[in-house]
Amino acid sequence: MTDIDERALVERLQAGDKSACAQCVELHSPGVYRLALRLLNDEAEAEDVVQETFLNAFRAIGSFQWRAGLNTWLYRIAYNAALMRLRRKPLNVTVELPSDDGETLATPRELFDWCCLPERDLESAEARAELEHAIRALPEKLRAVFVLRELEDLSTEQAAEALGISPENVKTRLHRARLWLRERLAGYFSEMAAAGKEA
Amino acid sequence: MHPAHDCQHLLGDLSLYLDGAASAGLCAEIERHLADCENCRVVVDTLRKTVHLVRDLPAPQLTTSARERLYKSLDLAEFLTAKP
Repeated sequence: MTDIDERALVERLQAGDKSACAQCVELHSPGVYRLALRLLNDEAEAEDVVQETFLNAFRAIGSFQWRAGLNTWLYRIAYNAALMRLRRKPLNVTVELPSDDGETLATPRELFDWCCLPERDLESAEARAELEHAIRALPEKLRAVFVLRELEDLSTEQAAEALGISPENVKTRLHRARLWLRERLAGYFSEMAAAGKEA
Repeated sequence: MHPAHDCQHLLGDLSLYLDGAASAGLCAEIERHLADCENCRVVVDTLRKTVHLVRDLPAPQLTTSARERLYKSLDLAEFLTAKP
């Protein structure tokens, strides 16, 4: 969608045009759902967040300002809604918290070079499941940045705006998330290679 | 022989390097270090591969029934059409 199209869409939303609401939902609900699901790890809750996001957005569209695009604004609403739900969850529901909150840059420990493994091993359903599992286990602060930058393809500045943090913070957290996942995958592929040698 | 503190020092800049956002000076510094440091080379290669695998993951999608519930909850059911 071009900038001009988006401005026209926002103007229609502000005028209360229902077809504009439908267009907005059609365009942006997939991304909002992906963010909510990655943050909450629960399909039903993610669905609720999508609904809440658009209800809140349509109510507040009159105050929308062009600091960032419409999608960034919607991600911000969705992120806050998901965060409220995460805060309400008892701690024991959060599975596999790593030993730190992701704020420190851990020295890599897994130094197995798994790049040379066959593509069929790297891209197997099991490897993908392991990666999904690792993303779910990312510390919350890192996960939100990681999802927006790496999976939703937002720029550093857009992700910063959506999450209400500085661009520098986005860069740092993205890097820590990548290193964290690399460490996790290295452990998995290292075990896989060792099991292959023993077989 | 590379001093170990170089590894820790450069670790924080590896994403900038992989994203092509590092300055020419920093790129040269990292590449000099990588030529000499097997451990860091493995970290860079596997970090790059990790990013590649992540970007290849299939994106989760709202199911048809969830989409219907969403439109109805927003009072937009009249705009529900089959997904292209």
